Amino acid sequence: MNRIAAVASNTFREAVRDRVLYNLIFFALLLVGAAVLFGQISIGIERIVLINLGLSAISVFGVVIAIFIGIGLVSKEMEKKTLYTILSRPVRRWEFIVGKFGGLAWTLVVNTFFMAVGFFIALFFLAHHFERADGWLVVAIYFIVLEFVVVTALALLFSTFSSPVLSAVMALALFVIGTFAEDLRAFAAMSQGVTRVLATVAAYIMPNLASLNVISSVAHGQPIAASLILYNTVYSLLYAAVAICGAVLVFEYRNLK
Amino acid sequence: MTARGNTTLVAAMLLVASLAGASLTVRRLDRLRAGATAEEALYIPSPKILQRMSVGYTGLLADIYWTRAVQYFGAHHHVRSRQYKLLQPLLDIATSLDPHLTVAYEFGATFLAQKPPEGAGDPDAAVRLVERGVRENPSAWRLYYNLGFIHYFERKDYAAASDAFERGSRVPGAFPWMKVMAADTSQHAGALQTARFLWSNLYETTESEDIRVNAAKHLRALRVDEEVSALEKLTSAFHERTGRWPPGWAELVAAGYLRGVPLDPSRRPYQLAPDGRVLVQVPEDLPFITKGLPPDTEPSNQPRGESK
Repeated sequence: MNRIAAVASNTFREAVRDRVLYNLIFFALLLVGAAVLFGQISIGIERIVLINLGLSAISVFGVVIAIFIGIGLVSKEMEKKTLYTILSRPVRRWEFIVGKFGGLAWTLVVNTFFMAVGFFIALFFLAHHFERADGWLVVAIYFIVLEFVVVTALALLFSTFSSPVLSAVMALALFVIGTFAEDLRAFAAMSQGVTRVLATVAAYIMPNLASLNVISSVAHGQPIAASLILYNTVYSLLYAAVAICGAVLVFEYRNLK
Repeated sequence: MTARGNTTLVAAMLLVASLAGASLTVRRLDRLRAGATAEEALYIPSPKILQRMSVGYTGLLADIYWTRAVQYFGAHHHVRSRQYKLLQPLLDIATSLDPHLTVAYEFGATFLAQKPPEGAGDPDAAVRLVERGVRENPSAWRLYYNLGFIHYFERKDYAAASDAFERGSRVPGAFPWMKVMAADTSQHAGALQTARFLWSNLYETTESEDIRVNAAKHLRALRVDEEVSALEKLTSAFHERTGRWPPGWAELVAAGYLRGVPLDPSRRPYQLAPDGRVLVQVPEDLPFITKGLPPDTEPSNQPRGESK
């Protein structure tokens, strides 16, 4: 456990050193600009726009970080030869993978926390008060974090066997497919014969990110069902576990020479 | 077993178990969020804003909205819903994003026009949709054909139907029988044979299996309407001759009115009511019929024609 924590902590420190958290400055500028701008040019929907923009920005920034750092987690260590130093110590390959995942996930949680703080400050600046329904915004941010967990795990999986560019393309493609996962399953349910079987299998293998996106509904103050929170949490953790297990299996047999 | 073997075994088992668990959870999520996709799609109801947001990928977005409209209709039709409130906005957005998506006008108008539970029961909205389709795609003669159908069957506006068929017949590539339709719908408005002519042509010429199935249902319903009228004429004739209604088909067969017990298209015998009326046994299996419906049963769609 200590070894996993050590790898995770180093991954986090490396991300900070790589100035990953600089995106927070862009995020802050975006929100401040949006809050001021929409307050002046829009009537009635400035709050909705700020929520949509803020939460979407948190999601986009996080997904970009998850993909572009996730894909380099293994390849970079190999390129810099640091992987051999780590694995020559009593660190097992699976511990390295789990630790790397934990470190990046923690980086994203910290990043999201600061963006969420900035978002709520901007919201307060715009509306001058918080509403009861704003509590659902925290749930939406929590779902975004779950989305990062899934995307990070996928990026890590691809990084164990593919080049960084190809890994980025594949992870981004799965992210896009995942946002339309419900359409894919509905398509599978409506098709027949072999198409139905293939589409159903594909629909369940692809990540389901659609149910994690509640930005539009919380922007309209709609509550989120407790069961949705539960199932989304369970699903995201299980799906991330699938991807990490896949990464462990691939990395375990990868020739590192 | 080696350490690597242990890791492989545990990881593989975890992978399979997690995948199974994730699939089961997704099923729960789908049940929890039934219909959410279509509703969320309408949080931005303006096609113009969507056009801007699609950053040029309007065709792709239109396809997605059209697919969602089909899914929305399919899900509601499956449970025989009488409410299709999101159908029109979804179709409007799909066709605004891609005005040349003729399939959305054709099918969408059918979905909108037919009476619940077969459709949204809004023929005026269907006409508006197809008229817009005609304006955007003046060479798509099938849209005129759709328009004529809706005017004829759903709105009973025979002059408008004839006009639509006539306009369509002038479009290059249109089937020659469009001209016949234009004449027939104006001369024999409301007649059963006109209705049969229209549905038969649609059945034979459509490239869509769904439309063919729908046309077959309508043709079957026409057959029921025709058979019920003919059988009721026989029971009336029996009543006039004997002064009483026939108690069952056997008596009509014995009297030489029929050769056997009459069956409806679902292969079930027609029922004979004590007052001589002829009824179908399971009206749900015979959508669109207007005759032979048991008392207190609402027709599932408007009549397609009346016997002359």
